[in-house]
Amino acid sequence: MTILFRQTHELEAETDEYLDLIIQGGLLYRQGVKCYLEHRFEEFEARLLELRSVEQRGDTLRRSIESKLYLQTLIPESRGDVLGLLESADEVLNLITSTLLHFSTEHPELPDNLNPLFFDLADNAIASVEAMVGGCRAYFRDLSAVRDHISRAQGLREEVNRLAETYVRAIFKLDLHLSHKSQLRYFVAHTERIAEDADDVCDRLAIAAIKRYV
Amino acid sequence: MIWFFLLSGLFLGWSLGANDAANIFGTAVGSRMVSFRVAALIASIFVVLGAVIGGAGATGTLGALGAVNAIAGSFTVALTAGITVAWKSHSGLPVSTSQAIVGAIIGWNFFTGSPTGHATLVQIMSAWVISPLLAAGFAIVLYLGARWWLARRRIHLLSLDAYTRLGLIVVGAAGAYILGANNIANVMGVFVPASPFDELRFGSVIRITGAEQLFLLGGVAIAIGIYTDSRRVMATVGSQIFKLTPILALIVVLAHTLALFVFTSQGLQHALHAIGLPAPPLVPVSSTQAIIGAILGIALVKRGKGIQYGTLGRVAVGWIMTPIMAGLLSFVLLFFVQNVFEQKVVDRPPATATSRH
Repeated sequence: MTILFRQTHELEAETDEYLDLIIQGGLLYRQGVKCYLEHRFEEFEARLLELRSVEQRGDTLRRSIESKLYLQTLIPESRGDVLGLLESADEVLNLITSTLLHFSTEHPELPDNLNPLFFDLADNAIASVEAMVGGCRAYFRDLSAVRDHISRAQGLREEVNRLAETYVRAIFKLDLHLSHKSQLRYFVAHTERIAEDADDVCDRLAIAAIKRYV
Repeated sequence: MIWFFLLSGLFLGWSLGANDAANIFGTAVGSRMVSFRVAALIASIFVVLGAVIGGAGATGTLGALGAVNAIAGSFTVALTAGITVAWKSHSGLPVSTSQAIVGAIIGWNFFTGSPTGHATLVQIMSAWVISPLLAAGFAIVLYLGARWWLARRRIHLLSLDAYTRLGLIVVGAAGAYILGANNIANVMGVFVPASPFDELRFGSVIRITGAEQLFLLGGVAIAIGIYTDSRRVMATVGSQIFKLTPILALIVVLAHTLALFVFTSQGLQHALHAIGLPAPPLVPVSSTQAIIGAILGIALVKRGKGIQYGTLGRVAVGWIMTPIMAGLLSFVLLFFVQNVFEQKVVDRPPATATSRH
């Protein structure tokens, strides 16, 4: 029986590994932002390097999973949904990477007094990504749990929106140059988009889960 | 000449293969869970095995309905059923070979003045009503069981896909075997009393009766029908009445197979008799009706959402019209075969001295 379904189990392991990479990417982003806020720039760059390698591995793995799903004509009824989920989840990982990369290239000066708020924002954005990954895992193994993960991701996205608004209001009250304020707003918007993209994946997930109910 | 007469049975077998194999593998092939090549190969092998090994039970019952005892009569009856099936399936609706052949036999009884076995007719007609209900019952139980089990086992989507593929092949093979065993009576049953084949012996152990040779021939005709014309039907079946997912298709085919098994298995009949329970009659039932019954069973549990009621109504009318049409056509064709082509469509026993008085 194990030999008969060996290829299937291998593909399951690859899918799990791919979702693990997104979680890992989120953790690296969180640690990277923390290092940056604490002015530990060497550690920050190390995290970024690792994140970029995770993102590349994620791309390779996603392509491998997608080609296997096509070539072996697996899950014909759900293939479109699964491919869509994998691709949109990959976009979230890409966004996480590019956001952290922007910190490295632009080196924005974040006001120290607002650092706890910014970290809270980044932390919640990554928590929403983790909820999204939980939802994806549940879609594959435990449909009844999908809704819980989606609700959590939606709640976290709302929290991210609230924190982003608070942060933007706070920076525009500071005595900073307008271009500086705009740059900071840009970083906030990028971080906010991580949670919003994760929420979009969850919307897709909700429809895909309904289609899978027997 | 005998081979020419057998052609109508082979034509009916071909029609059955083209239509009824689609009931078993249609959704699996349509949804690309199983390739047509694999489905056709498995269906062909198991239909032939079912016909040769288990075809005797239902054939006996069909013989009791009306013993078509002249080869030209058998030819006409099978031709009528074949034309009815081809005509109805051309209109795009599921059609029952069993109903067509029974209608044609009754037409032969009327034309030749032979008695119709009323008790057998009632048995067969009851089975036509009971088999879809039984299939619906099996489908409901299997569906609820599967839903409960799947919710608890938390099987990965990819593993579930692999298990479903394997299930569709295994259950499809069983379904094809039962289809062959049950429906070979429709294809070759009318030729059994007028069988042109002698028993074949290979050594002292292997013995192939004339009827089994007929069944083998019919099984091959069904297999050719599967290969040559079932692909088109397979690609469209499964969504006519209710859209089926691969798992639902697996449940439907299993329910259909169980329902046909009840009316086919001599072993089950003996087992039930042995423990003093009433046994179902061994009659040819409609594979199509069983499939539709199973689909409706699932649709009902899902509160009827997505049922194509228009199609369902036309199918129900078809069920009533098929035997009537086959009966009338059989009567007309027998008239032509007997009076225009001057063929003997009934072999009457010589009158005894007593009966002359």
